[in-house]
Amino acid sequence: MKIAAFNLSGQGSFAQDAPAIAEAVKSSGADIVLLPGTSRVRRAVGAAAMRAGAEVDTNVVDLSIDGEAVTAQRWLYRQRILATFSRAARPWVIVTDPSLFAGICEKVGAAPAALDPAPAASSRTTVNGLVAAAGGGESTIRPDAKLLFVAGAGWTKKQADGATHLDEAAATITGFLAKSGASLGSSKSLVDMPEAAEAFKFMSHMNQVGQTGATPRHAKGLSTCCHGEEPHVVGWRFIGERRAVNLDANCGWAQGKADVLYVADAFEVMKKVNELL
Amino acid sequence: MGKPLNIIVCGSLVPDPLQTLEPVETPQGPGLKNEQMLPSVLDPWAACALYEAAALAKARAGSKVTLVALGPKAKLQQLMMTVAQKAPFQLVAVNAPAGGFTDAKATAAALAKAIQAIPGLDLSSTLLFGGCASASRDAGVTLQFVAEALGIGEFFMAVDELKLADDDTFTVLERVEGGQYQSSTCAGFPAAIGWATGSLPEPPNNPQIGMMNMRGVMPALMKAAVADVGVGGISYAKAEVPAAKRDTVVKKDMTADAIAAEIVEWIKQ
Ligand SMILES: Cc1cc2nc3c(=O)[nH]c(=O)nc-3n(C[C@H](O)[C@H](O)[C@H](O)COP(=O)(O)OP(=O)(O)OC[C@H]3O[C@@H](n4cnc5c(N)ncnc54)[C@H](O)[C@@H]3O)c2cc1C
Repeated sequence: MKIAAFNLSGQGSFAQDAPAIAEAVKSSGADIVLLPGTSRVRRAVGAAAMRAGAEVDTNVVDLSIDGEAVTAQRWLYRQRILATFSRAARPWVIVTDPSLFAGICEKVGAAPAALDPAPAASSRTTVNGLVAAAGGGESTIRPDAKLLFVAGAGWTKKQADGATHLDEAAATITGFLAKSGASLGSSKSLVDMPEAAEAFKFMSHMNQVGQTGATPRHAKGLSTCCHGEEPHVVGWRFIGERRAVNLDANCGWAQGKADVLYVADAFEVMKKVNELL
Repeated sequence: MGKPLNIIVCGSLVPDPLQTLEPVETPQGPGLKNEQMLPSVLDPWAACALYEAAALAKARAGSKVTLVALGPKAKLQQLMMTVAQKAPFQLVAVNAPAGGFTDAKATAAALAKAIQAIPGLDLSSTLLFGGCASASRDAGVTLQFVAEALGIGEFFMAVDELKLADDDTFTVLERVEGGQYQSSTCAGFPAAIGWATGSLPEPPNNPQIGMMNMRGVMPALMKAAVADVGVGGISYAKAEVPAAKRDTVVKKDMTADAIAAEIVEWIKQ
């Protein structure tokens, strides 16, 4: 059984990367080819595998090799069902969750080699460069942070005094992010709201966690003003310890989705938290 | 003003995300308990692709949108009752199992075949759209396979914005790591776009559009080709729902000061 692993970092285009990955798969002569599921790899790996006559599976979270038998694990239905499976066909391209790539390579004894694709031979696409998703400032998405801080639509709702407090909410959230170094997640309801797009310029759809958003990996998660509905919480599958602050004692978090639910006003609590930090 | 666009959107049904899913063994391999009975929705990222397609088509006179959907015929028909009211499109249906356990390759081959059979297909004015991943298999490779089978060499993944100029060049923003986009400009068609959320809200139901669409939807469903789609080369050893329920401690009646102190201590641990 020959196993090869490749890394592909930085920016690229489909026309540049698909031939390079296909060539790497073919020339490696490997039965199993491992790649990390970065945005760059995901843009080209399907076509590359097809060109190399290989099978491909993405989002793999675990891999076991026992003699000639290779068994992989991945989630289906967006982190709802965990499948353990194998394929007889070779070569087999296995794209892992990016954060698990190094660990899986080590487990199966593969040392990743860096791919450095040459510019595309012919393409109608020009890569212009990177732009920040949310308006201005540094990114609020920090994959390496220990803590995920989720803001829900409650931050935009009328509060006990019958009024909304968008500016105060924005200042409290950004104040907490600055002091804690946490990564900012959001519910879909919040990022879909036009008034939030205006007042919360530091977030975008990319912050959305859940069924149609991200599934980040952080050791801890703190949810505020978010109801904890299932389509949101499937995005918390890989969050270790979970706490939530919500006015509603019967919200989703109380139904076995968080370790601790504080039934309280998140405006008040987070302002105090910011003072203490 | 550029030439009329031909936008082909690949998108099918997935179980409503509010449903509880339980894997079961079937003679065809793993499946979902009561799969036939589960309410379905249009796959969310494919739905975003459809709304973006409709908006682009509206902005260019003469453009048309074709929705290519692979799924069990009866369930597709049910789905169309709502989806057909969202945006004007022509339906091409493929009658085959759709779900998380089926293999992307066979699904893509059936979709590509259905697209190639569209009368008068002109790739030089075609944008191939779909979701960047499905809410069922979540593989993120199906659209790429379809593009590859059609010989489309420009592919963009997890796109939130496509700005089309009158000279047919367009600029896309693709999601990359760390809350950033990669901006690229593509000179002309064909190209394939795997959409993320985009920027358009779900359109309200429009019964008039629905009625107009249904005239084509019913015949399309009647003549839906049957495709041989299954687990393919995948051999499943296990499909499970690992226990995720926690013993939640609900803390009421604490002061904001006490909660804040506890949270700060927890964060610092
Ligand atoms: C196809 C589909 C896909 C979806 N995908 C996603 C997804 O990816 N991610 C996602 O998040 N959702 C998703 N949803 C939507 C999801 O079902 C919920 O509607 C959404 O998560 C609700 O967001 P929320 O909890 O922020 O808002 P709400 O449900 O409006 O809840 C607001 C909460 O704030 C609380 N609150 C208000 N004021 C305060 C205060 N001062 N202090 C404390 N708490 C307060 C309220 O008690 C309430 O619980 C999806 C839905 C569908 C149909």
